[in-house]
Amino acid sequence: MEFPILSLMLAVPLAGAIACLFLGAQAARMTALLATLINLALGILLWMNFEIGGAQWQFVERAEIFAGFSYALGIDGIALMLIMLSVFLMPICVLASWDAITKRVGEYMSAFLLMEVLMIGVFAAQDLYLFYIFFEAGLIPMYLIIGVWGGDNRIYASYKFFLYTLLGSVLMLIAMMWMVNQAGTTDIPTLLNYDFDPSAQTWLWLAFFASFAVKMPMWPVHTWLPDAHVQAPTAGSVILAGVLLKLGGYGFIRFSLPMFPEASEQFAWLVYILSMIAVIYTSLVALVQNDMKKLIAYSSVAHMAIVTVGLFAFNVQGIEGAMMVMLGHGLVSGALFLCVGVIYDRLHTREIARYGGLAINMPKYALFFLLFTMASIGLPGTSNFIGEFLALAGIYKVSTLVTLVCTTGIILGAAYMLYLYRRVAFGEQKNADAAAMPDLNAREWAMLAPIAAAVLWMGVYPESFLAPMRQDIAALEARIARAAPDFDADNVIGTPREHNANYVAAAHGEEGAH
Amino acid sequence: MSYASSLYLTGAEVGLSLVGLVLLLVSAWSGPRSGRMLTVIAGAALLAAAVFSIHLFDRASGDVAARAFGDLYRADAFGSFAKVLIYLATAAVLVVTPRFFAQVGGYRGEYPVLMLFNAVGMGMMVSASDLMTLYIGLEMSSLSSYILASFLRQDDRSAEAGLKYFVLGALASGIILYGVSLVYGFTGTTNYEGIRAAFDTNFSTGALFGVVFVLAGLAFKVSAVPFHMWTPDVYEGAPTPVTAFFASAPKVAAMGMLLRMAMDPFAGEVDSWRQIVIFAALASIVVGALGAIGQQNLKRLLAYSSINNVGFILIGLAAATPAGVAGALTYLTIYVAMVVGSFTALLMLRDPTGNNLETFADISGLSTKRPALAWSLLAVMFSLAGIPPLFGFWGKFVVFQAAVQADLVALAVIGIAASVIGAFYYLKFIKVMFFDEPVREVEASSPIGHWAVLAVCVAIISPLGYLLTIPLGEWTAQAAASFVAAM
Repeated sequence: MEFPILSLMLAVPLAGAIACLFLGAQAARMTALLATLINLALGILLWMNFEIGGAQWQFVERAEIFAGFSYALGIDGIALMLIMLSVFLMPICVLASWDAITKRVGEYMSAFLLMEVLMIGVFAAQDLYLFYIFFEAGLIPMYLIIGVWGGDNRIYASYKFFLYTLLGSVLMLIAMMWMVNQAGTTDIPTLLNYDFDPSAQTWLWLAFFASFAVKMPMWPVHTWLPDAHVQAPTAGSVILAGVLLKLGGYGFIRFSLPMFPEASEQFAWLVYILSMIAVIYTSLVALVQNDMKKLIAYSSVAHMAIVTVGLFAFNVQGIEGAMMVMLGHGLVSGALFLCVGVIYDRLHTREIARYGGLAINMPKYALFFLLFTMASIGLPGTSNFIGEFLALAGIYKVSTLVTLVCTTGIILGAAYMLYLYRRVAFGEQKNADAAAMPDLNAREWAMLAPIAAAVLWMGVYPESFLAPMRQDIAALEARIARAAPDFDADNVIGTPREHNANYVAAAHGEEGAH
Repeated sequence: MSYASSLYLTGAEVGLSLVGLVLLLVSAWSGPRSGRMLTVIAGAALLAAAVFSIHLFDRASGDVAARAFGDLYRADAFGSFAKVLIYLATAAVLVVTPRFFAQVGGYRGEYPVLMLFNAVGMGMMVSASDLMTLYIGLEMSSLSSYILASFLRQDDRSAEAGLKYFVLGALASGIILYGVSLVYGFTGTTNYEGIRAAFDTNFSTGALFGVVFVLAGLAFKVSAVPFHMWTPDVYEGAPTPVTAFFASAPKVAAMGMLLRMAMDPFAGEVDSWRQIVIFAALASIVVGALGAIGQQNLKRLLAYSSINNVGFILIGLAAATPAGVAGALTYLTIYVAMVVGSFTALLMLRDPTGNNLETFADISGLSTKRPALAWSLLAVMFSLAGIPPLFGFWGKFVVFQAAVQADLVALAVIGIAASVIGAFYYLKFIKVMFFDEPVREVEASSPIGHWAVLAVCVAIISPLGYLLTIPLGEWTAQAAASFVAAM
């Protein structure tokens, strides 16, 4: 029996969550920070002990304590990376809420720690129903975080978030029941290699799609996201963008693609079309936003569309790229929300026009903000470049049209991000109160510096992140290769013609020699 | 089959009847002062009956021979399981009752006595294996329920609830009786086994009418749509502890009766009644969900919630498999915990002068005034909505799984999609308690008995409940096997 590190990673925040309910404000903050830091340490331990190129599923734990499903945990490289993302962002979220949250701190920290338990659970679950329970349970703390500590329109946003995602996932539950009934097991690794009948796959794929497309979110079911983001407190937005959105992508990688390869191919066009619309449409919408958080929320939808396109490219580059975009976007959009939070805490408005010229009075802040803006655009040397480049390279092998449209989206991304940055950080200091804001304090440094380091690390040496996933992505690619779509512009290199184009037959040549 | 064995198998009912009769005499002589003492004795008797039923359950698992009085009555695993639930729910309601009446007045010794007789009737309902026993049990339970509904004689709403319940209940009893007479007329027997054998040889249109009438009457008793109209009015008008009782124990009894009826005498005619059950299930889920949305009164809202829940239980019945019956029983078990918990919490909501609070406006911002109570209600509401990791999810899970296994995928899809509508008003509960600002003063403390009941219920529906899934699965499977053995 190995040391049950995954269970411990679930137990630590859970114990913290229960403790926070009974503690005063400052004690709850300290407890939450401590619990998340312990989990970060455990996460690092997990990564260090993860054997690259070893067994596909590592740190496996199993206990038959439930009827009909089992408590089975275990991770592969893909799950490892997403767990790392979660445990990395969590202490930062606690720091971001340190001063911003003043009412009912204990309950707030409790909800966040619970969120961490559930996210790790989703990525580590090896049982279909256990996955569903963790997946769905995340609605409860997020509903409370948005509803209790959110902005003015929080109630509408919390309802919309809850009901949208619930409707998506209940259909997936029925599909799961059907699968278990058919395959006779709830074990995910077994199901990954179970071949469902292609005609049944169609329905199963659609049911899973209903859930993951909402979580992702894909156009046109993305509308809950801007509302939820805008109303949630800063740390809520970070977790929402940083990790919760990744649940959709993780679902596609873990379930839709390997379990229903034929159906995935059958519906690839649907994914492409929705993604192309999302990239162009939400980028255009982002251009005209006055609210900073809304702008970043729409940019998230656009980035996630790159992820779906990469995933449904059915090749290694595409899937690796999609994973890198997910990790990179988790860091970068989280950091951008933190940047918004930093100035929101000072001025209590997210309206872009109320700021301006921050580079003058907040140079350090402006530097961080610039780095994350550039990363969001996908500048080489930052995390998002690696992901976007790979994802687009992957999809180019399938469809040049989709690549064209999605690349246009990246240009638009540069437009709206640079436009945002210009209005906030450059120009003249229009507003006296914004001009008087102090620069970053130590706590904010502690939040932004680690993310900045991670963004650069991922951009300069992505191998650290790609290596643990390589084997799993290769296995996935091998699994779905049989259904991979054809290349639309599959240009065949023809045999060279015998003569040059201006070659003139010999008989004529003599005549023309005069 | 000796009398001794028959009396042993019906020990719970016989014992409760005797205790009820003695308590009736005591209350007649000692007057209203003895109410509290009688309540304690009645509660103890119910617990003893529950323990005895557990004993019978262990003994009778899968044992077809557990028949009493010439197969008028079966003390099989199914009956015993349902009875344990019924007795425990009734006892839990008795614990939280006296304080309510202490405030509004009018508590008398008859109350626990009526509850005891009601429990006897309910026990007979789930154990009856003959139409005559069934009808006697049903009427015994119903008549005491009518009185309980109008127990606050001075209160107009309570009197109205009692009268409404009586008139509509009598109509439903009449419908059942008509169906029973048709079934008897076409089969020549009132015994379940006999009916089943007769149906297997010849199932005529007349007999079909009988089946439909019986099921319609039973649908009234479980308050399934389209026979649900009485539920909101009666639940709202009846005194709150009585509402808690109506929503829990009689629901189990009526559902148990329906399950036995459908899976034993009518088991050969599944295709004839399945479409009725499917309609009732989906209609209950949808109407229960939509009807609740506009409600301001919490009791009324919980009435619609119980209609909604009945719909999910009926999905288990529609599957018409042992897994479906086991699922329905699992759902009922969890449902009892949720409903007793929610009404107990409601009873604990009082303003400083002791008046009961029962509208949304009253519980606004409760989480800052009474955090423990608010968090308990939050757990109950998310559980009712079927959101994991709360245990209410497991109830929905097992019935839908049974439906999927029985190839009723379309039913499962529509049912579960409609459950999202229901989530809306459970969320409203949480929104009002947690997101809104407090407006009303609420009483700062509650008695220990209420806390105990609430704590037990919340512990069951909390994620800890999943540790129960293995034993619960075994028990319900054994209970469901009673019918398979009879088949």
